[in-house]
Amino acid sequence: MPKQVVYEAKIEYLQILDENGKLDEELAQDTLTDEQVVFLYEHMVTCRHYDEIAFKLQRSGRMGTYPQNKGQEAAAAGSGFAARKGQDFLVPCYRENAALFLHGLPMQNILLHWMGDERGNLIPEGVRQTPIAIPIGTQMLHAAGIAWAYKIRKEDKAVITYFGDGATSEGDFHEAMNFATVMNAPCVFFCQNNQWAISVPREIQMASETVAQKALAYGAQCIQVDGNDLFAVYKATREALERARGGGGVTLIEAMTYRLGDHTTADDARRYRDEKEVEAWKARDPLIRTRKYLEARGLWDDDKQSKLEAKAKAVVSEVVKAAEGIEAPTFEDIFDHTFAELPDELVRQRDTGRTSSIGQHPEQAGLRV
Amino acid sequence: MANLFIVQAINLALAQEMEADDRVVVLGEDVGKNGGVFRATEGLQARFGDERVVDTPLAESGIMGTSVGLAMAGMRPVPEIQFEGFLGPAYDQLVNHAARFRTRTRGSITIPLTVRVPVGGGIHAPELHSDSPEAIYAHHPGLKVVMPTTPYDAKGMLISAIRDPDPVVFFEPKRVYRAFREEVPEDEYTVPIGKAKVVNEGSDITVVTWGATVFECLKALDELPEDVSVELIDLRTIYPVDVDTIAESVEKTGRAVIVHEAPKTCGFGAEVATLIQERCFLHLEAPVQRVAGFDTVMPYYKLELDYLPDADRIGKGITECLSY
Ligand SMILES: Cc1ncc(C[n+]2csc(CCOP(=O)(O)OP(=O)(O)O)c2C)c(N)n1
Ligand SMILES: [Mg+2]
Repeated sequence: MPKQVVYEAKIEYLQILDENGKLDEELAQDTLTDEQVVFLYEHMVTCRHYDEIAFKLQRSGRMGTYPQNKGQEAAAAGSGFAARKGQDFLVPCYRENAALFLHGLPMQNILLHWMGDERGNLIPEGVRQTPIAIPIGTQMLHAAGIAWAYKIRKEDKAVITYFGDGATSEGDFHEAMNFATVMNAPCVFFCQNNQWAISVPREIQMASETVAQKALAYGAQCIQVDGNDLFAVYKATREALERARGGGGVTLIEAMTYRLGDHTTADDARRYRDEKEVEAWKARDPLIRTRKYLEARGLWDDDKQSKLEAKAKAVVSEVVKAAEGIEAPTFEDIFDHTFAELPDELVRQRDTGRTSSIGQHPEQAGLRV
Repeated sequence: MANLFIVQAINLALAQEMEADDRVVVLGEDVGKNGGVFRATEGLQARFGDERVVDTPLAESGIMGTSVGLAMAGMRPVPEIQFEGFLGPAYDQLVNHAARFRTRTRGSITIPLTVRVPVGGGIHAPELHSDSPEAIYAHHPGLKVVMPTTPYDAKGMLISAIRDPDPVVFFEPKRVYRAFREEVPEDEYTVPIGKAKVVNEGSDITVVTWGATVFECLKALDELPEDVSVELIDLRTIYPVDVDTIAESVEKTGRAVIVHEAPKTCGFGAEVATLIQERCFLHLEAPVQRVAGFDTVMPYYKLELDYLPDADRIGKGITECLSY
């Protein structure tokens, strides 16, 4: 047999709740209960409102650059909900606020981060996640390492790490996939393929047709899901996490979604993408779709919607108050977390506010101290 | 003559070099259609096509490593790294490969690339968007490192860098990208790499700086008593450093303060101070002073102005050095 097929593969795509809010009952079995869908819908609406307020804070000069999450709420909320709060570990980038909040991150933390305040990265005791990651792709290796530790210690936990389509171009993505699979670490790689990496569309970012297929090269499992479909995201993620915890290997999930806003508040997407494309994806908005579904099942109506919106407003306004009301960080804050114990030179710099030798030792210059 | 911001002067230099030399290619994240996140490459793709102005995959090691290959194959790559903090993944390709090929091949393979990198703090950016790593790259033999601070210098030095036969790290102080305009000749001209510039002549004390802190130093000078005469030097090139200009000045003044945004320890100020000590020992009337960033991680932006040397700290450094 000089010539034979040694490897063949197919990539599955999963959609359970379609764009019109119609559910595939069979595939939906054992996924989300009505109660859970209502809960997640409410969460997504709150996160959308949060996102809009964050945008406004930036525009009015009350916050720095902010990356809107708009349009990607189902991918974040569905996957975050599939991970067990307090047990599984989240290693995010910066477009999955909805997952982080579900796992207990105080909502003001994300605002504080973008307000230029490290206290936004202070992860409360018991909340199992790393802070948002600014350098693209780097966090995936940390996820593989955390998962590896769980395996060494035989803990019944898994890790889910988030990243964008663009991030799959970084070497770190490939190294993380390879480490995770070689170590059989309980790690799930969750790609939010929002079709763009700033101004670079997927077709320019990579020559492969899907992100999912990259898993095959590393011996990981993979699936592509409709990322704006709560059910598909939840089901795929839950299965992947269960498999990971059971020693069944690594999964790469490619969630097909769309960045409805600019890349960040510093970006202007009109420079590089077609408004028609944006319009087409607006019709697939996860919030609209989930609401249609809930309405069709008699679980939702206009009255509930306006109550929810009022509640979201109140919640977010409290969060903004908390973020803006925090006392200003002190000069000492620049120094105090550099090491467990500060070297002498750092203590001198902190206490004098100076780097110059005379500034630190005025007596040197015969200056009155 | 055109009245341009630094970022526009850079754009003009790129366009002129691309026009003059079809080996020049611009590559990086978002440099094409979007014209770069700071718009330094705006309009270049429309003008020169997407084979010469290339939106690359999001991978700094890839950008730098393939630039090394492009250069080997006779092109003149001008990669952009979006922010200095993202030089991290490119570091290996830059310092272990671009910088070494000439040496290790005895000059048979050379790497004429110019990597453009916005640098420094003060723009309220997120983390890893505000650092000053120039000393790290100056420390690596085989790399030239420059940091122009005016539109005129930026254009002239970028043309020099692109024409240079060796790899050049071209740092662009992002804080002053659009701080002020300056008359910039439309014609091509070069400003040499390796030459500092005396921004202000003086006789009492020498202040050596580079990047955006040139302007903080100018502010400090304004606030000093009129009878204090400060010679201010904009280094412009970090490596190879123009020790002659510095020494000439310090021999005259007998005192020196070095100012930079980067952390003090192992910042390039340490090198400059040593050079002054070596060259001007008998002329010195006070210990050389360093007014620098603190030896901490660059804080998030709420505290960045407390971190960066400002006119007040610089002024104190000058006054104290003078009173020694
Ligand atoms: C290492 C690194 N390089 C470049 C950047 C600048 N940058 C920030 S976001 C981004 C695009 C990311 O695209 P993708 O991974 O698809 O995530 P998305 O923003 O679309 O969610 C780039 C190039 C960065 N933050 N880190
Ligand atoms: Mg993306």
